[in-house]
Amino acid sequence: METIKSILQDIRPDFDFSESSNFIEDGMLDSFDIVSLVSELEAAFDIVIDGLDIVPENFISIEKIGKLVMKSGGKL
Amino acid sequence: MKQVFRNKKISGLLTVLPEQEVWFDDEVTNYSFPAHQSMRLKTIMGYERHRIVKPGTAVSDLCVFGMNHLFEHGYLRKEDVDAMILVTQSPDYYMPPTSNVIQGTLGLKRDMLCMDINQGCCGYLLGLMQAFMLLELESVNKVILVNADVISKKVSKQDRNSYPLAGDAATITIVENSEQQNPVYFNLYMDGSRNHILKIPAGGFRLPANSKTAEIRDCGDGNLRSQEHLVMDGAEVFQFVQQEVPPMIEELKSYAGIGDDDIDYYLFHQPNRFMLEKLAARMGVAKEKMPMNIVTEYGNSSGCTIPVNIVHNLGDALNSHVYKCCLAGFGSGLTWSSMIVDLGFMEFAEQIIAPY
Repeated sequence: METIKSILQDIRPDFDFSESSNFIEDGMLDSFDIVSLVSELEAAFDIVIDGLDIVPENFISIEKIGKLVMKSGGKL
Repeated sequence: MKQVFRNKKISGLLTVLPEQEVWFDDEVTNYSFPAHQSMRLKTIMGYERHRIVKPGTAVSDLCVFGMNHLFEHGYLRKEDVDAMILVTQSPDYYMPPTSNVIQGTLGLKRDMLCMDINQGCCGYLLGLMQAFMLLELESVNKVILVNADVISKKVSKQDRNSYPLAGDAATITIVENSEQQNPVYFNLYMDGSRNHILKIPAGGFRLPANSKTAEIRDCGDGNLRSQEHLVMDGAEVFQFVQQEVPPMIEELKSYAGIGDDDIDYYLFHQPNRFMLEKLAARMGVAKEKMPMNIVTEYGNSSGCTIPVNIVHNLGDALNSHVYKCCLAGFGSGLTWSSMIVDLGFMEFAEQIIAPY
């Protein structure tokens, strides 16, 4: 989870992700941030995230992102 | 809709690109996002440079330049043009059809058909379908399919969603009957209930352009545009492509009785590198078989990207070889379509630069 937090902070250093329960509704990640996040997660965890899984609901929280990483074959 | 066309051939391909190249690095400050955020997207999305027409250039300028190139080099004779289809979403005028304007400028014969079709990123395949159907008419032996757009004029330069990938181009495809050609397999889908995810809201008859529709404003996502600019819901478009394109291709291969190994190249519309990489992964297609370099080299020129892709990546090889290709287009409408067709032994497959 620390890796995910670090990636999020790197992509959007202007937000404190620990203070939000829904990154999308709170306007902390837009669709292009998600594209950047997918790319960084794939590199960090050596995974390929299925295109059908790149939907906002999979990126609303660190826990949800963690589940996506594991679903894609990554180890946290 | 599934269809097989027999005895049809693409005998020549010309792509016409405007000479002006615009570089993403030079545009980063136009956007209201931190530069490092935008630059991160450069590699992922494939933004590097794109071809944009100079002010004052209309679609017919690119088309006439290309057609004259064909006449001057002996690739085409004016008297052989029985039908000209222009697929564009940026016509010179509402009225008359731009294909008629091109016909008149070139001095083509009167005993012919001119037809404009309003289609976007799927426009190459719809144009080919229409060309093949016209060739069933006794009086039509040669159809000129022209795809052209100067859509950059309708994209806000302060919209990072769309402007970095906007590209202008024209392509000319010669389509004829042929006794030797293998069947062409084709399928097509449309879903008008999702027409809003790629749209230019104002400027038509529903919402005519006025001072209010021309106002540039922050649309809530950090991008600045007016109602007269193209608006794209990138996330919706991405999911549309990931959901709809793979089963469409599977359906077509099954219909054609063709396996994965039989396809030499998957020459798809070029929205951006990220979307194509995800599409290739979902389809299990090797990246070497699916070129993804057109947005990086030229930008996304809507219905032109498939022929630009073909000429850029296969080019001269098309004069002496034949490749079994799977083409696919997907975009506004929503419309999505694919085609399995043999491409090769062409009389020409060239790219030229126009002084526009």
